[in-house]
Amino acid sequence: MENRLRVLRAERSWSQQDLAERLEVSRQSVNAIETGKYDPSLPLAFRIAELFELPIEEIFVSPARHSSKAI
Amino acid sequence: MSPAMKRYNRRVLWLSLLYAACLLAAIFGFKHKLFGGLIAYIAAILPALPIIGIFGAMGRYLFEEQDEYVRMLTVRQSLWASGFALSVATIWGFLESFDLVEHVDSYSVAIIWFMGLGVGSVMNKLTLGAPVKC
Repeated sequence: MENRLRVLRAERSWSQQDLAERLEVSRQSVNAIETGKYDPSLPLAFRIAELFELPIEEIFVSPARHSSKAI
Repeated sequence: MSPAMKRYNRRVLWLSLLYAACLLAAIFGFKHKLFGGLIAYIAAILPALPIIGIFGAMGRYLFEEQDEYVRMLTVRQSLWASGFALSVATIWGFLESFDLVEHVDSYSVAIIWFMGLGVGSVMNKLTLGAPVKC
């Protein structure tokens, strides 16, 4: 799933490790989410949204919306 | 390394040591004909218990691991290991049925499953770019 995690992180000058520590996950997890290789669970997605103080849909791109745009 | 993984490694280390001790005791006992009747069955099963414990430790690790991505990688690794071990056992079973290969003790499936964890790790690396771990 596409997301803006890398951009949001860069805006705050956080490294992947910084973000991982704030979310209490591994740096490996942050990297997998950022690169779209892993879709976080709903609880983790909410933790991410709360950390950045943004609605989930402003961080993660809905796959349905993304595919309809492509059409 | 997560705290859950550290606990898993510690448990596997102790269970491995226990396995070695049980196996050596069983070999010694059977070699010197120290066991008979029900005791012989118990002594023969004893080395299997720490191996079963390692499977249990893996299950407990999956339950305790808080990092959902790392947990998912381990689940995938275990599924690959299970598929690998069952496939090898099935192929070997048919080869053995048609007298094309020697008989292999069934506990070898457990060893193949542990080897399969390595296969799973490589598959995680190839498909998700995750670091290889066994």
